[in-house]
Amino acid sequence: MTSLLHPSDAPAQQGTRTYRDHQRPLWQRALLNRDVAVWAALVAVYLYASATVPFFDRPITITYLLLDVAPILLIALPMTLVIITGEIDLSVASTVALASVSFGVLYDKGTPILVAAVAALLVGVLCGAFNGFLVTVVGLPSLAVTIGTLALYRGVAVGLLGTTAVTDFPDAWTDWARGRIGESDIPSIMIPFAVLAILFILLLHFTAFGRGVYAIGLNEGAARFSGIRVERTKLILFVLTGVVSALAGIYYTLRYGSARGDNANGMELQVIAAVLLGGVSIFGGRGALPGVIAGVLLIGAIGSALRLADQTADVINIVTGLLLVVSVVGSSALGWVSSRRRRRGAPEPQSSTTKTGNTLPDTDSPVGERERESR
Amino acid sequence: MTTATTRRRGVARFVPAVAAVLGLSLVLTACGGSDDEGGSGDGGNGDLSVTFLPKNLGNPYFDASSTGGEAAVKEFEGTFKEVGPSEATPDSQVSYINTLTQQGTGAIAISANDPKAIGDALQEARDAGTKVVTFDSDTDPEYRDLFVSQADAKGIASKQVELIAKAIGDQGKIAVLSASANATNQNEWIRLMEEELKANHPNIELVETVYGDDDDQTSFDKTAALLQKHSDLKGIVSPTTVGIAAAARYLSDSQYKGKVALTGLGTPDQMREYVKNGTVGSFALWSPEDLGYLTAFASKALIEGDIEGKEGDTFEAGKLGEYTVGADGVVVLGEPLEFNKDNIDDFNF
Repeated sequence: MTSLLHPSDAPAQQGTRTYRDHQRPLWQRALLNRDVAVWAALVAVYLYASATVPFFDRPITITYLLLDVAPILLIALPMTLVIITGEIDLSVASTVALASVSFGVLYDKGTPILVAAVAALLVGVLCGAFNGFLVTVVGLPSLAVTIGTLALYRGVAVGLLGTTAVTDFPDAWTDWARGRIGESDIPSIMIPFAVLAILFILLLHFTAFGRGVYAIGLNEGAARFSGIRVERTKLILFVLTGVVSALAGIYYTLRYGSARGDNANGMELQVIAAVLLGGVSIFGGRGALPGVIAGVLLIGAIGSALRLADQTADVINIVTGLLLVVSVVGSSALGWVSSRRRRRGAPEPQSSTTKTGNTLPDTDSPVGERERESR
Repeated sequence: MTTATTRRRGVARFVPAVAAVLGLSLVLTACGGSDDEGGSGDGGNGDLSVTFLPKNLGNPYFDASSTGGEAAVKEFEGTFKEVGPSEATPDSQVSYINTLTQQGTGAIAISANDPKAIGDALQEARDAGTKVVTFDSDTDPEYRDLFVSQADAKGIASKQVELIAKAIGDQGKIAVLSASANATNQNEWIRLMEEELKANHPNIELVETVYGDDDDQTSFDKTAALLQKHSDLKGIVSPTTVGIAAAARYLSDSQYKGKVALTGLGTPDQMREYVKNGTVGSFALWSPEDLGYLTAFASKALIEGDIEGKEGDTFEAGKLGEYTVGADGVVVLGEPLEFNKDNIDDFNF
């Protein structure tokens, strides 16, 4: 969220990136925001596909789309916070499978379904806590840790059920997971998702904890010295990721009516791809939830449009892969070019996080332009 | 005060939006959303379009079944289509079933990745008027109209016993190299093979069953271990395409080549070199092309209302002749095919 600071070179509000936008009015800043760009892409794709792809413009398309991406939407919420702190969690899909299997096995053994669901959520807490413990207490890099737990949790999940599946869940539950809200075309799962999305948006964008998340991603050392409890924050985020993954696992199990050890295979990459497409920087410190939500929906919409246009799975993979590469590489490359240009030309006012002592007023001076052209 | 630079920065942020629309429009126009017959609407009753939805695309076995399906659909002048996920997962199949439900197709011919998980989506498709025929791998019977089975378990078991008995002169010790310890179909075949051996081949002794988990390296190692453990082993039966190929690879480079017989279920492409170099005398499999061919004709019979999938219904399947629907809506393709050096070059899958 951009701040409404007085146009001066006062330090930017903690948690926001340095923007050179104090010379631009707010409406322009809003328009040039990455989140808005992703939403715009989503709307553009939707309108374009509605016009060109048969059957795409039906409400049922949205129903199927939301049902398909619901687990990814759920997991993308905590994953966004984890990536903003500069960490990553690759074990989410395996946690989905482990929660799914725990839920199924317990229910199969005669546990009341509600108890089985709570137990599955606890499994998620444990998975997340174990990741968090290794990252914060032992001090290992999260990439290495979660590659390990990706295999570990998946292994346990497959080990518990083998190649069998638990399939006879009560109809009331499976019908809810596949159902719609009342007479509308919106799947019921969107209610818990909306609640969680609001909670996560409040947590990240409107609390001190959320500002701490950005601060850790921008400069962990500085965050530590300014009193942010880095370890505690990261531990909480890993546990949240575990719990939400478990919730997604329960939903997944009920929606497909099948608890299997290979459920949600490869979903971790879909989640991370959507988060990056939504404008979150893999280096941490940048990103916002609204963009991420649009990113997930965008990947889903492109997939369903291409399927309806009779494209093969490979084409869908190629298009979404290219989209990700172009958007991530494209924006950072252009960003890098213009930041270099700024460094060579007129520097910008510095925020509190990076201080170079250069206090020239920031103007896009023609010097910079000329210099670039003469090269 | 927007200058050239700031405007460019703005453009940078819109890269994903532009890329998304451009990419999509390129794909849609280049590959042409050719099926612009959008008018048909709510599924085809009497519409001879059959869509094949295999477990995954890029799998030689299913490429062959779709080839057979396409040939059949051409024969009765329908519309053939094949769609599918790149990975054999139930959730990805569900997305494709949903898409087909929207587009409306006469019949979906599907090899199920999960007997239950895709059931709900199939039910929705049927409610919209689409016929559902499973082949190769079934769902729960309530979710489909027909299941076209490659061969019944008894036929597969007795064929393999027949081949191994022939290869070892009807006496000696044999072992089984299976997939995983809890693979339902494999265990059923092995049980029936044991019964058949007891009943009709008293001089053949099944000394051990090992599991290679349908993993090439594991199967290879288990084959090596078997031969070290049982020095007087005469033959190995591997009722899985991964297992038989790994075992053949081990045997062909070992001192046992030609001394220890190997048979089971394999594909001609995998086994060609081992049949030609004398490691393997013969092995069996049903023809996936015929399986697809039969599935397409079963779909046609359902679409046209000739059959409903009840026991005793009969329909014509082109060059394969007449078929009768058995109990639970199952149609059996027939005996597995035997492959040996005389006929292996006639097949390509």
